Amino acid sequence: MTSIFSIARLELLIARRNLWVATAILLMAMFNVVLTVAGNAPTGELGASPMTIAITSITTLSVYLVPLIGLLLSFDAISGEAERGTLTLELSYPLSRAEILLGKFIAHMVVLGVAIAIGLALTTAIIVSRHGTGAVEWGPLAALYFTSLALGATFLGLGYTISSLVRQTGAASGVAIALWLIAVVLYDLGLLGALVTDAGGTFSKTIFPYALVANPADAFRLLNMPDQSVNMLASGLGAASSVTGFFGQLTSLLLWPIAALLFALLAFRKVEP
Amino acid sequence: MPALKIEHVIKRHGALETVSDVSLSVEAGERVALLGHNGAGKTTIIKMVLGLMPITAGAIQVLGHQPGSAAARKQTGYLPESVAFHGSLTGREQLHHFARLKSTSLKEADNLLERVGLADAADRRIRTYSKGMRQRIGLAQVVLGQPKLAILDEPTSGLDPVSRHEFYDIVEELAHNGSAVMLSSHALTELELRTDRIAILSKGQLVANDSLQKLRDLASLPIKFKVTASNDTIESVNQQLGGERVNCQSLELMCTPAEKIGVLSAITALGPVVKDVDVTPASLEELYRYFSRVEEKSS
Repeated sequence: MTSIFSIARLELLIARRNLWVATAILLMAMFNVVLTVAGNAPTGELGASPMTIAITSITTLSVYLVPLIGLLLSFDAISGEAERGTLTLELSYPLSRAEILLGKFIAHMVVLGVAIAIGLALTTAIIVSRHGTGAVEWGPLAALYFTSLALGATFLGLGYTISSLVRQTGAASGVAIALWLIAVVLYDLGLLGALVTDAGGTFSKTIFPYALVANPADAFRLLNMPDQSVNMLASGLGAASSVTGFFGQLTSLLLWPIAALLFALLAFRKVEP
Repeated sequence: MPALKIEHVIKRHGALETVSDVSLSVEAGERVALLGHNGAGKTTIIKMVLGLMPITAGAIQVLGHQPGSAAARKQTGYLPESVAFHGSLTGREQLHHFARLKSTSLKEADNLLERVGLADAADRRIRTYSKGMRQRIGLAQVVLGQPKLAILDEPTSGLDPVSRHEFYDIVEELAHNGSAVMLSSHALTELELRTDRIAILSKGQLVANDSLQKLRDLASLPIKFKVTASNDTIESVNQQLGGERVNCQSLELMCTPAEKIGVLSAITALGPVVKDVDVTPASLEELYRYFSRVEEKSS
């Protein structure tokens, strides 16, 4: 236990002095502020509460940003150490690879947790200052926070996996960007394309809903789009949410981080320094 | 029970055999130097001892435990070849981290920083450290927790002579306190006085494993005499002793270890004509080359 926390502590020290991390947190905060302020201007016309609009905008943003930050934090976690030559020494110490991985994961989750919390706190503050405390809806806010963490955890785990499998940091960053592009952009485009060609056939009814929630980014998006009408506006893929439902989305978001960390551990175990 | 026991270890990478049937043991308080060319198998052996690389055949015991087991790793200190740390940490932060992993006190880490001469630089980022300073952090983390077995891979590469000297002082203290030390090095001359036993690896095979004195006897390499006289006497000295003139004042001659005393008395018999005598036994470099070559011929 002490070992895990010592690793986490060291990683936090490193993250605190990492320009990338600072930039990511700043970016997250800035986008949240801009989206909340901009989204609040036309309130009333849509008949949605200011909180709903803010959460919808931030969800759309987070689908891109949270996986990106997760991958940025994790892509060099193993390969970077292997390249620097610190991995050999670390592995000679009396601690297991699972402990090393878990220590890094805890530290990176703290970074993600702080970044997301700062963003959401700013959003809440702006809404309170404009509409009073009554306009704050804590439920959706908490849901957004925790699902963002789950989404981030998934991509942290996938990042560690890439980092262990691809031993060069440069190559690992390339694979990480490719994964990000596929998960948050190309996957949806592919599904949409299949949907159009299928034109309401068996694929649209049976496979598509599951294929959609199988992607954690999509599960996250669907889960945090509270109003079906807003959902339709934000994403053409929203229609499928009713089939697999809340349960399917939640299962996807809970299983993915665990699966991703297990992949990472399996890949890390194979690394011979 | 020796601290480290390597028995008939073989390591193959596909068809390539990088370590062939090596047996070696290191007792508590003993300093053993592992010598060999690049690619002779030193680092491979070290990685197998640490449990970082599977063994193809044979067995290794670290303090009676499997290499890489929790019990073995707890009592082992390791300094990797060209050790590196994350540049954005300070020396103190890094060493405190190692102290926590080894479950020793942070106080000991602070004392060690002072012992290796990094007290002033301890709170600066490692990025600003010189290679020698990083190596000191590396050595400090080996000594941390007084390991029963210390493994040092090329520990003095990149260190200046003064640092090397201080480095071996610490290694000596470690051995004095009962640790078994195994180190690999290229800097042969410094090992002569600073180790108890020398193991020479050549192409994955152990070609020699003994104290320096025994290795010298075994190889019976010639001993070199350098006799200095003066400008006008050197000619007659040369005629009486033989050997080869190196300049107008001195000459060099070689003999086997068995003839050493005879040659010495011949030189002293010349009396005051001889101004100075240097006697140089075969250096470690020569021994190393000798044993590496013997193996190459026989294989």
